[in-house]
Amino acid sequence: MAVFGPRANLFMTAALVGVFCVCVFLVAAIWVVPLVDYNSQQQFTPEQPIPFSHKHHVSGLGLDCRYCHTTVEESSNAGMPSTAICMTCHSQIWTNAAMLEPDRKSLAENTPIRWTRVYTLPDYVYFDHSIHIAKGVGCTECHGPIGDMAMTWKANNLYMSWCLSCHRDPAPHLRPKDQVFNPHWRRTDSTPSGDALLVQYHIKTEALSDCGICHR
Amino acid sequence: MATTLTNELPAGAPVVRPDVTLTTLSEDVSSRVLMRSAPLWWWIGFGLSFALLMVLIVQMAVLFIVGIGVWGVEIPVAWGLAIAEYVWWIALASGGTIVSALFFLTRSPWRSATNRIAESMLLSAAPCAGLMPIMHLGRPGFFYWLFPYSTVMGVWPQMRSPLWWDFICLLCYILMSIMYYYAGILPDLATVRDLATTKPKKIFYGILALGWRGSVAEWQNQRIVYAIMSAIMAPMVISVHSVVGLDYAAGLTPGWHDTQFPPYFFFGAVTSGTAVIVMLTILVRWGYGLQSVLTEYHFNAMAKVMLVGSLMLAYAYVWEAFGPLYSSDVAERTEFLHRAFGFTAPLFWSEKILTVIVPQLLWLPVVRGNQVLLFLISGGIIVGMWQERVVFTTASLEHNYMPSYWGNYFPTLWDWATLAGTIGLFLTLFFLFLRFAPIISLAEVREIIEDEKAK
Repeated sequence: MAVFGPRANLFMTAALVGVFCVCVFLVAAIWVVPLVDYNSQQQFTPEQPIPFSHKHHVSGLGLDCRYCHTTVEESSNAGMPSTAICMTCHSQIWTNAAMLEPDRKSLAENTPIRWTRVYTLPDYVYFDHSIHIAKGVGCTECHGPIGDMAMTWKANNLYMSWCLSCHRDPAPHLRPKDQVFNPHWRRTDSTPSGDALLVQYHIKTEALSDCGICHR
Repeated sequence: MATTLTNELPAGAPVVRPDVTLTTLSEDVSSRVLMRSAPLWWWIGFGLSFALLMVLIVQMAVLFIVGIGVWGVEIPVAWGLAIAEYVWWIALASGGTIVSALFFLTRSPWRSATNRIAESMLLSAAPCAGLMPIMHLGRPGFFYWLFPYSTVMGVWPQMRSPLWWDFICLLCYILMSIMYYYAGILPDLATVRDLATTKPKKIFYGILALGWRGSVAEWQNQRIVYAIMSAIMAPMVISVHSVVGLDYAAGLTPGWHDTQFPPYFFFGAVTSGTAVIVMLTILVRWGYGLQSVLTEYHFNAMAKVMLVGSLMLAYAYVWEAFGPLYSSDVAERTEFLHRAFGFTAPLFWSEKILTVIVPQLLWLPVVRGNQVLLFLISGGIIVGMWQERVVFTTASLEHNYMPSYWGNYFPTLWDWATLAGTIGLFLTLFFLFLRFAPIISLAEVREIIEDEKAK
């Protein structure tokens, strides 16, 4: 009673090669999936209740970041603008614009606007906006070309490796104090060097990548 | 038979009884695998083991949902039964490799019939060991962070830590053990395939046998591969268990920070591993009626290995006491006095009795020939080794440098459920090995039979 035909060896070899390929594929997938933008939501532009344009307000009209994000210099949270801040202008101009209807409704009903969060960090990361601002890290270092975004999109993947890329070598990411909120700043020949800024801001690089700096 | 029970084995005692021939051996062992339904004792044993395995499942569910607070681990004693049992299980597994790889290299004839039992035991114990540290992680879902990959986090595991060496060692050890088992069992699977009468079994064992035909070239390759793997496995198991010892020795805790830990752990592995093989061999021998293949010769040899192991342990225990008492380190000394005369004293002394004093009975040929006594002594060694692992894990943490940081460890019901559950996992796996794979290495015992005929 022959159970295995002459081609059994061929099938067996093919199956072993197949198993090997599947293993290689799985390992490669584990490695590659995090690098895909879909996984990190990088470059993604979520829907917002009001299609707010940073490009129009910042680059066009010249509003300062801190006009709306009021607590960015003092608090861990940059702060989302209250309805009243929107209304400092929009009670006077575009008062009947349809796209601002949620804003008016929010004022009338005294309920805040529910913006969709673009940058989310896990709770075990103690991120603080104020210290980054105080040490000369500009907004665009993390938020990308925010002054040119018609709709806000996520400019970085927010992986720990991305955080560490700067925490391990912060010098190239620093700028003079008066340029922190400039969305179109470029380093020029007259800019103080990164190392000079490190000294000026008293940044101790040897402690910056300690676990406890972000995970307290 | 009666004479061998009372006297030392004669110089020319047979390894395998002369009534065993090549054909009866193959048919006898293969029939246990191929029989339609397992004997009643197998079902009873498997059923009880499976029930204990369910305890493990429930325990793990509770542990993962509630957290490791269900165990008795607390500050200051953050390493409790689970870590002690990790060491205990990996020691039992290591014993399997020592019997099958080390004694292959020494060409000891008694190893041929017991090596499959040893390796089945090792493959059943290694998962129990591997589970313990994973259960002990506060967030077991992240155990894969131990793998050295850094696409997302940008950090690598701490490669200077023995805990990480431990992970790498255990992973390599389990993978190597599976391959070693398979390389050895390949010709036997072919024997089972050839003797199978039903088509499903022919296909099942046929695929597992990878088309083995028994040609001279195949035998030659198999023997070379097996010898090379043995030569790798024997030193590997020593390094694996030494690294487990370094988990402790690299800590600054009094009682742990000790250069003797790697060999001390290995001595324990030799003794307790052989003990569990003796117990399983006695059970398999009576359960499957293999009295002619597993003879007094095997038990005599393994009893001597246990005896040597317990003497090595005694040496380590002397140093365990001498080091702290001779040293001027107050913390070391108070910790040792706590270990020997404090809260853990009952476990400490019963462990010494069970692993060193009682095994001295093995000097007597009568004891080595009496399987009931061998069974009891082996069981005592395994229990004693469990106590030893628990004592040095918890006692050091109970009595650390600062008196304000002293406290005692009390296991909870869930700690005991973990122990019972892993025993269930171990026995379940072993019963499956017993049912689905030849439990005696046919190829190697055939060699023994031919050698004895030639004598």
